[in-house]
Amino acid sequence: MREIALHLLDLAENSVSAGSKTIEIAVCEDLCADRLIASIKDDGRGMDEETVKKVVDPFYTSRTTRRVGLGIPLLKGAAEECDGGLTISSTPGKGTLVQVDFRHSHIDRMPLGDLPKTFLGLTVGHPTVHWIFRYTARGLVAEDTFEFDDQPVKETLQDVPLSHPDVLAYLRETLKAGIFDARDKLN
Amino acid sequence: MPTVKSLEDLKRIREEALQKREIKSAPGSIQIIVGMGTPGIAAGARDTLKAILNFIEEKHQTNITVRQTGNIGMDSWEPIVQVVIGESPAVTYGKVTPFVAQQIMEQHVLGGKVVSEAVVPG
Repeated sequence: MREIALHLLDLAENSVSAGSKTIEIAVCEDLCADRLIASIKDDGRGMDEETVKKVVDPFYTSRTTRRVGLGIPLLKGAAEECDGGLTISSTPGKGTLVQVDFRHSHIDRMPLGDLPKTFLGLTVGHPTVHWIFRYTARGLVAEDTFEFDDQPVKETLQDVPLSHPDVLAYLRETLKAGIFDARDKLN
Repeated sequence: MPTVKSLEDLKRIREEALQKREIKSAPGSIQIIVGMGTPGIAAGARDTLKAILNFIEEKHQTNITVRQTGNIGMDSWEPIVQVVIGESPAVTYGKVTPFVAQQIMEQHVLGGKVVSEAVVPG
């Protein structure tokens, strides 16, 4: 997976599997500090210290259908190769925070990828989860943040499903335009 | 540049849907489940899901729900998509590229005819 947005999708699926009610994904492209930082915070069942250690080990997985899980170790490796890293802090019963960062200008840094596509899929595909997405672009002269919280959307829609074609169009355009507009500050 | 839409637009969408009686949870409803575990994502499941959502939007289908699920345990068949129509048993498709997803939506979901060459052999 050579796209940060795909890794975020993978991490978000872990958060969903952990029974989270609210999942917050934040991405910050900071040209001043030359960092690209992404984080995902959930209120799922969390992990104890020993499990957290094992999660970054390529030969550990919490799944029982197969033995090897590579998502997090590969992302950690990719971040470390780009003067960054990956940290996990978790409290059993409270939730988990995964943070990953890269040097923005590093030649080997994987592209950010299609964030709107990832966010749209998560919102529609897991309608019972409360999603919050935040994208910050900090350019050399200006900065902008786009935030999307799906709670007001769901409250407005009530019994209209998120997979209704007009709602899909709304979500697709809102996410795409919001990130596109904020990203303009990087220029 | 596209403009960010407001919640007012959503209210209008809801009112229109209510008027057209597009909200139904009755039998005959169609469920599409996309496997979104690590192997699925690595095999391109996000683009498969996007193709399905695009189809729903373009063809204005109002009785389809779409879900993501974790690893199904058939890694070599990823991306995997399941189609459940009403009370019928689920049909599991494998190696569903965006193109195959489009075929499934047209032929199976709309046309009622299973795309047999893409079904995972059980």
